[in-house]
Amino acid sequence: MSTVQIVVNIIGIGVIAWIVWYFWLYRKAGVAVTETNGVQEAVIRVKGGYDPDVVIIKKDRPVRLLFQRQESSLCSEMVVFDSIGQSAHLPEGQTVAIEFTPHEKGEIPFQCQMGMLRGKLVVQ
Amino acid sequence: MKQHMQTYDPALHHAGEKQTAVVPPTIGDNALAAAGAPVALDLAVRGMHCASCATTVASALRQVPGVQTAEVNVATEIAHVRYLPASTDVAALTSAVAAVGYSAAERGDPSDDVDEQTAAHQLEYRNLMRKFWYAASISVVILLVAFPEIRWLYAPNLFWIEPSAAIVRGLWAASGVLALTVMAYSGRHFYTGLWFAFKHHAADMNTLIALGTAAAWLYSTVAVLAPQVFPMGASTMPFYDVTTVVIALVVLGQAIEARAKGQSSQAIRKLLGLQAKTARILRDGVEVEVSVESVLVSDIVVVRPGEKIPVDGIIVAGHSALDESMITGESLPVDKQIGDAVIGATMNTTGSFKFEATKVGKDTALAQIVKLVQDAMGTKPPIARLVDRVSYYFVPAVMITAVLSFMVWFTFGPSPALAFAIVTAVTVLIIACPCAIGMAVPLALVGGVGKAAEHGVLIRSGEALQTASTLQTIVLDKTGTITKGKPELTDTEADAGFDADRVLYYAASADRPSEHPLAQAIVQAANSRGLAPAEPSDFTALPGLGVAATVDGKRVLVGNGRLMEREGIDIGSLQTTVARLQSEGKTAMFVAVGKLAAGVVAVADTVKKDSVAAIRVMQSMGLEVIMLTGDNERTAQAIARQVGITRVLSEVLPEDKAHQVHLLKGEGKQVGMVGDGINDAPALVEANVGFAIGTGADVAIEAADITLVGGSLKGVAYAIEVSRATMRNAKQNLFGAFIYNTLGIPVAAGILYPLLGILLSPIMAAAAMAISSITVVSNANRLRSFKAKSFREATL
Repeated sequence: MSTVQIVVNIIGIGVIAWIVWYFWLYRKAGVAVTETNGVQEAVIRVKGGYDPDVVIIKKDRPVRLLFQRQESSLCSEMVVFDSIGQSAHLPEGQTVAIEFTPHEKGEIPFQCQMGMLRGKLVVQ
Repeated sequence: MKQHMQTYDPALHHAGEKQTAVVPPTIGDNALAAAGAPVALDLAVRGMHCASCATTVASALRQVPGVQTAEVNVATEIAHVRYLPASTDVAALTSAVAAVGYSAAERGDPSDDVDEQTAAHQLEYRNLMRKFWYAASISVVILLVAFPEIRWLYAPNLFWIEPSAAIVRGLWAASGVLALTVMAYSGRHFYTGLWFAFKHHAADMNTLIALGTAAAWLYSTVAVLAPQVFPMGASTMPFYDVTTVVIALVVLGQAIEARAKGQSSQAIRKLLGLQAKTARILRDGVEVEVSVESVLVSDIVVVRPGEKIPVDGIIVAGHSALDESMITGESLPVDKQIGDAVIGATMNTTGSFKFEATKVGKDTALAQIVKLVQDAMGTKPPIARLVDRVSYYFVPAVMITAVLSFMVWFTFGPSPALAFAIVTAVTVLIIACPCAIGMAVPLALVGGVGKAAEHGVLIRSGEALQTASTLQTIVLDKTGTITKGKPELTDTEADAGFDADRVLYYAASADRPSEHPLAQAIVQAANSRGLAPAEPSDFTALPGLGVAATVDGKRVLVGNGRLMEREGIDIGSLQTTVARLQSEGKTAMFVAVGKLAAGVVAVADTVKKDSVAAIRVMQSMGLEVIMLTGDNERTAQAIARQVGITRVLSEVLPEDKAHQVHLLKGEGKQVGMVGDGINDAPALVEANVGFAIGTGADVAIEAADITLVGGSLKGVAYAIEVSRATMRNAKQNLFGAFIYNTLGIPVAAGILYPLLGILLSPIMAAAAMAISSITVVSNANRLRSFKAKSFREATL
């Protein structure tokens, strides 16, 4: 094996390790919500992903998530909260609210219909 | 008196700015508006959390001058306001709500959402097609440059001239710039998508296409500008055609997908299309035609022959037969009298009637159905959860495969190794199709749930659908599910010297004052045969025995054997008739006229007309059908024999029904329970799938996984058939997508090259990718033309 080949292979292994870390192992920090009039409210921008995609909420308080889809790609036209049985169509450029009150600590994942875009609520 | 008619002209209504729920009464009749006719408006109110909030909002609205009534529902978050347009307007109303700390907006028509969605799909389709045409035309130019061998096709005169290396390099550079414009315009969304996903530590379809096309472009550009960096030096060829053709093909695939997806929401659009646009209502005794949104609860709605019923309500005058097939799936028109419920969106046939509106706007059966179907389409069957886990790992895994493939080709591949390494890595990235995997289940679900809704079968969730497809045992409640749930006259037997009609006439006349359901059934049967029962005198109800009365001067007795015995009447051969009728599960009563036994009338809860066919279809589908009832063994067996059920659980107390279902599950069966949703609610919840027989207007039955709006058992068979077909479709999609990816990716990586010398070009990979996702969409769309056995056979 030539030097170039060795270097290329070492770089290749490095890239693979980085992919594993960046996409699978990385732990995202959550964003805490602001509470107004007793409602925990967060605006989530939808554009190639959910921003923020990890939202920290408190249990037993009403939550209102305001989704704003800012792209025309059909992949993100729906947001699904499978574990709480809610879903919504997100027309481009409009704000759509998802409201509920969590009663248990844990995680509530949400995603697009195809599971390509993901986010979660961390209930504390 | 001259009737003031207001006409509603949708063209006028929509001519100005969009004003959803208000129909100005001034259109068509200025005189009426000047007299101050109020208009109705629904406001969507946000921020209410309790009943007292609703009170605050309502009183704020009432204080606005010109507002006549304001009712606020905290659950639906809607304020129904009736106001005088001469005195106030929508802006004043919303600001009054805002002043007390809540926000309000005019409530949209439910069809807006779907129209908007359809428009968005069409817009996206056109947008993608423009991108495709640009990428495709540039691709043609670049291909001509890339393959100079074919220039005799378009420039035969130049064929003998070999262009100089400088000219070739110049043409390549121009191709590179053109390819860049394709990336910037047609492929822009791949690169922005990659970036947005990347920021979220995520990777998707865009990531793969963006990386693949960008890698091809970068390699080509280096090959043109600085070929000396590559081992093979000046002989390095660019392949800008890969970048542009791949973008063109993938964008074309997305466009076709966008259009097909638009079609998948057709079921909802079809449902919304059923909604009447206008209603004719009575206001202050005057018939006015208004938009359906301004009909309020307790308005009296006038329906003429052939008209659509605008909202839900109860008939207060007149009668007719209604075609309810669009809501219930029931093909025959249903007779409706005063006191009967009518459902919005159904069609009046020939009669005229007036009804009082009981549910409007979001509360109508149709609106609830649409909501239920939309919600169900957003859920995931358990099978999709597996897919979710796969798709989470999928894209990064493809990227890793691409890197590995690069490393192997670079190290062990034939010369030029770098070119092979780049091409295989790019091909791996391009051929992988996460979309096909991701769409497999949701598209099938949308198709199946929509199809079911068209037949009056409302499947609440993906989970219910998947479980319904695996059911083995169906438990049917008897009363109201298999049978109509109310007694009807079944037999009239006359003794010598009487005829059947006379017997029925006497029995009905004697029974007329009685409120007992059995007596009512006899009176009703006599009425419907035109026998006109007489008004009896000396009516006496004899508890546990029957009734006695004087009809046309004769003493008439209707009752059981003990009554006849007490009155000393010889029943003779009628005894055997009664015994036979009882063995058939019927309630038989002797009729005596004067001192003579005249005959026997029998009453029973009869089987719904399509129960037999529906049960036969279920059995032919391999389902075990069991009857569950609180009735005695004899009645239960009689009904079971009529409908062809062999396993009967009778004399089950209402509170034990759930336990019986539990026991059946204990036999290792997947059990579906069919009942009425109220009394049977615990059993429905206990079953793997609970089917509620709908009562027409009330479709959102909490305990049920599946609601049968029409109340026919055909719906159960249909629900299971459509669930099975949907799951089959979803599995086909998934199987296809997985096979495609697990075969396609290794081939793209060049696994066949050492043995067979087969290596895919990235352009082939792009075509394969586009075709695979289009195949999934088209396969899912096949569900729209699904025809169920249950409806073909059971429609008599």
